[in-house]
Amino acid sequence: MSEMIQLSDVLLFGAVLFVLSLAGIFLNRKNLIIILMSIELMLLAVNTNLVAFSSFQGNMHGQVFVFFILTVAAAEAAIGLALLVLLFRNKHSINVDDLSEMKG
Amino acid sequence: MHAIFLTILLSPLVGAIGAGVFGRWLGRTGSHRITIASVAVSAALSAYVFYLYVFAGAESYNATIYTWMISDGIRFEAGFLVDRLTATMMLVVTFVSLMVHINTIGYMEHEEGYERFFSYISLFTFSMLSLVMANNFLQLFFGWEAVGLVSYLLIGFYFKRESANQASLKAFLVNRVGDFGFLLGIALVVGYFGTLDYAEFFDGLAAHAGTSVMFGDTAIHMLTLMTMLLFVGAMGKSAQMPLHVWLPESMEGPTPISALIHAATMVTAGIFMVARLSPAYELAEGTLTFILLTGAFTALLMGLLGIVQTDIKRVVAYSTLSQLGYMVAALGVSAYAAGMFHVLTHAFFKALLFLAAGSVIIAMHHDQDIRNMGGLAKKMPITYAALLIGSLALIGFPGFSGFYSKDGILMAISEADSVAAQLAFVMLLVGVFVTAFYSFRMFFIVFHGKESDYVRTHDIHESPWVVTLPLIALAIPAVFFGGLFVEPILFGDMFADAITVAPEHNVLAKVAEHGTSALDMLLHGLMALPTWLALAGVALAWFLYIKRPELAPVLAQRFAGVHATLRHAYGFDRFNDIVFVQGTRRIGEFCSRVTDSKMIDGWVVNGTANAIAFLAAKGRYAQTGYLYHYAFVMIFSLMGLLAWALW
Amino acid sequence: MDMMLQVLAPELLILIAAMTLLVGDTFWGHRHKALTFQLTLASIVVTALVILASFSTTSVQLFNGAFIRDGVADVLKLSMLFMTFFAFLFARDYLVQRNIERGEYYVLGLLSLLGMMVLASSYDMVTLFMGLEIMSLALYAMIAMQKDSGFAIESAMKYFVLGAMATGLLLYGMTLVYGNVGSLQFATIYQTLATTEQSLVLSLGLVFILVGLAFKFGAAPFHNWVPDVYHGSPTGITLFLSAAPKIAAFALMFRLLIEGLEAALMQWQSILIILAVLSLVVGNVIAIAQTNLKRMLAYSTISHMGFIILGFLTGNVGGYAAAMYYVVIYALMSLGGFAVILALSRKGFEADNIVDLAGLGKRNPVLALVMLVILLSMAGIPPFVGFYAKLVVLTEVVEAGLTWLAVFAVVMSVVGAYYYLRVIKVMYFDQPAAQNAHDADFANASLRYGLILVATLVLMLGILPDGLLTLFNDVMMY
Repeated sequence: MSEMIQLSDVLLFGAVLFVLSLAGIFLNRKNLIIILMSIELMLLAVNTNLVAFSSFQGNMHGQVFVFFILTVAAAEAAIGLALLVLLFRNKHSINVDDLSEMKG
Repeated sequence: MHAIFLTILLSPLVGAIGAGVFGRWLGRTGSHRITIASVAVSAALSAYVFYLYVFAGAESYNATIYTWMISDGIRFEAGFLVDRLTATMMLVVTFVSLMVHINTIGYMEHEEGYERFFSYISLFTFSMLSLVMANNFLQLFFGWEAVGLVSYLLIGFYFKRESANQASLKAFLVNRVGDFGFLLGIALVVGYFGTLDYAEFFDGLAAHAGTSVMFGDTAIHMLTLMTMLLFVGAMGKSAQMPLHVWLPESMEGPTPISALIHAATMVTAGIFMVARLSPAYELAEGTLTFILLTGAFTALLMGLLGIVQTDIKRVVAYSTLSQLGYMVAALGVSAYAAGMFHVLTHAFFKALLFLAAGSVIIAMHHDQDIRNMGGLAKKMPITYAALLIGSLALIGFPGFSGFYSKDGILMAISEADSVAAQLAFVMLLVGVFVTAFYSFRMFFIVFHGKESDYVRTHDIHESPWVVTLPLIALAIPAVFFGGLFVEPILFGDMFADAITVAPEHNVLAKVAEHGTSALDMLLHGLMALPTWLALAGVALAWFLYIKRPELAPVLAQRFAGVHATLRHAYGFDRFNDIVFVQGTRRIGEFCSRVTDSKMIDGWVVNGTANAIAFLAAKGRYAQTGYLYHYAFVMIFSLMGLLAWALW
Repeated sequence: MDMMLQVLAPELLILIAAMTLLVGDTFWGHRHKALTFQLTLASIVVTALVILASFSTTSVQLFNGAFIRDGVADVLKLSMLFMTFFAFLFARDYLVQRNIERGEYYVLGLLSLLGMMVLASSYDMVTLFMGLEIMSLALYAMIAMQKDSGFAIESAMKYFVLGAMATGLLLYGMTLVYGNVGSLQFATIYQTLATTEQSLVLSLGLVFILVGLAFKFGAAPFHNWVPDVYHGSPTGITLFLSAAPKIAAFALMFRLLIEGLEAALMQWQSILIILAVLSLVVGNVIAIAQTNLKRMLAYSTISHMGFIILGFLTGNVGGYAAAMYYVVIYALMSLGGFAVILALSRKGFEADNIVDLAGLGKRNPVLALVMLVILLSMAGIPPFVGFYAKLVVLTEVVEAGLTWLAVFAVVMSVVGAYYYLRVIKVMYFDQPAAQNAHDADFANASLRYGLILVATLVLMLGILPDGLLTLFNDVMMY
């Protein structure tokens, strides 16, 4: 039994993914695309959790939710990339540091 | 009924807004038309309501029309309590107001701010109506403050005149002193009864008859304290000593206003309020005695001041003060009905006197000094007759309105058997003599005295019909109202649904043993002291100012000290000026210099402001504009909250 | 089936309108410029009428309890429709001048509105999440519609990244709650929590959820996006952004925290207190240092959100009703405030600095008066409705036994009054700069009369506040 995957193992995996994605957002100061990737990763971490809970509890709600989240993630990526294109047209850069005209 | 009451109340407001906001477009004629029409609607409907209640016996009406809000179970509402007392007051207020509106057309003909003036008096009518029609303390207070505000605006109507500004400020400040007491009184009502509604308040009285308020170790009877505080408000509004100082100065306002506000209606608000709250006052013996003495002193001392005045309006103003004293004294012996009766008759004859005085002033081209008048009797016959009728009613000449009401008060006080009542009775009797003397002093000087140079050299003629018509209309009730209503009001049950009198206080019942009809009173009055004192006063005035006019100045010189005291109105103003005005100013200066500018401004206010401004300026830097900083703040805060939640 | 249609009618109508316009505008867009605009407004009015016609306080559930229509949902939807209607109406001229008034703007606006309405009716986590994302994605795109403006794109990007991150946090919290309770439905979660012991995992999930909610509200310390986004977005869109979505944020918090997780009150109450206190401080204090009116209003929003959270943390129905009252009133005032900036802006000129208002009292007395009413109301000065909204919330806070918090809120409001009054001072006593010295006429009649209507509402609701509040209390009771 000890070789079987426990719920806590999957949750830990999800948590690691989640923390990685958070770190990706605030540690990265150069490339906006990495931020978009981190956001995707974050949603995947959430999905991992949902699937884990769903499967270990034996109800399907969580897995249904995952489909919705995947769809939304796709839409979000589309919007994010569109914004990125606009940003590049305006500033000729996708550097996170350049996003600081407004402050105070 | 509901709709009628609302129309009566709101119609003047519509007029006021119309003339006030749209006056520029309506023009002078348009403004007076709209305000007069709106007040006429009110007056007509009030007459109908009066008929319904007094003759057709309608049930008293008590209903809330709008709940403004509810806080801690206390309802803040607007509503109407209409019974025969209210109906009568409504009729008097709207009728006198209508007369004054019409009269104003003539009086203000050549003045600036015509539209503004009409707007104010209509607004005043609205405020006064909301005061008398209230069924709760909130609305009473609203009306109370609103009439005060309009009165302030109107006294200062000639705002370019320094004296008018001073007078309006004085009226406002003195009334604030009274209102402070009034507000504290209402606070006690709310605190102990948990309601603002009259009916609920009256229901709770029995339970609180013995309640005491503790100040440290001293226990004070709560109802006495409460009624006393409310009466302090009444003293301000109804100009009782020592809060009377504003009323003579209020004569700076245009005369129609003196007639409406400072004689007929607003100044009687205090008396109305005490009568309305009679169930509470009946339970507070101490307050009643205080009221009695305040009234008696005011009646006599203010009457004496009328003797030395030379400004025609001030003579009438002091007579108002003195008459208010009579009304208040009546309240003090629980003869609320007698006090209210005098309020009503006084409203008519005092408005008449003021408007007649106004007519004289118009003829004299706005000169108000009686020494410049004289011999006007033949030139202005209608005004002459009106002033004569008003004066006869004022001194209580048998048969006139004032006779019945004043005799009612005097008889009621004579029946009360306390020492205070005996003292008051004597003072009021002397007051009758004084009243007759100063009234006819003015009357003789103005109409029968030697024509002054001014009168000889100028063309003086009767005023136009808009001025004289209200005189005639007011003269009728000034003569007949008293005789017609004395029986139902004093001895009948006309106000029985509004006024509560404890059986052991019921002096009017004892008076009734002498006979209750107008004729009985007339016969009794002819043989009683007051009538003869009044006639003696008239005779003395005739002797001093017509027969031997050279004697008056001699007497003034012989009794120079007394004369000076009276000229300075007992030094109330002086005292107020030195103690309150200058005293407070000194304290104020000290506070401004030391506590305010150094301690409060320097440390507390500016210190706080500077600290906050500093924080704000520094806090801005947290908003760096960098995306990763924002994300970091979010994550960091998340960690913080996690730590807090899982601790 | 009939009943289902009836219950879903408002959302369906908006969805159909959005889809029709999306397709239709490509055909008629360049010929009939105003048609899309008119159809949008018409669809909003029709939807509002449909809601009004079928308004009821009884609750109906659909899709196995994933969707609910009750009094709260209806009132919130009506408020959203009202705010959106006026946001579209006010913003049109401004957007036309900047060449961003295209069919897509209305389609995105309607979609965002659809998301908010779904949010207001959500009764399980999936519906809630879908509503939230429909709303947010449309908003990101709307802000970026001014493609040539660096500010707009920058603020869209910031909003997008932080918003997506907040959604991630919210979702993560939701998964933990799901794992703990075993259901995504609020009704089930509510019942389970009421009867079982609460675990560590739940507390953990709760914190993540609260962070997500706080972000959507713009409550400190998750407020950083608010000033930048309000400032950078085209004013016509800030107007939209600041009104209806705040009502949606209320709906989000109400459904998730109250209808789902109310039993964990003990755990979330203290966190909400922290959020409220920080929002009141940050909003009111930093606003003082602002020179840009949009940023100032953004900070003032943060402080208003503090008040709404105060209503929530009382943990009783009266408090929630007070918070709902506050959020609707806030949206109304915010609508007016940003619309005044719109009214002053011209082609190529943004009147978004406080000094741009100088001398407005003389240049356009009506507009100045409207702004005066709105600012005084925001500052919480009677008799305007803002005072009453604050009063209602504070009364509930005191009743919940948190008097110190109420006192603190009052003190911070006094601090806040300073910067509102400063704007009034500028409007009435300062001399305008040379380029602003001309008279400022209204751009068009709808803005003029709409603003007068808003100001009148702010005054009238302040004088007669009871009707609306009673309604809110009534719908909350069910």
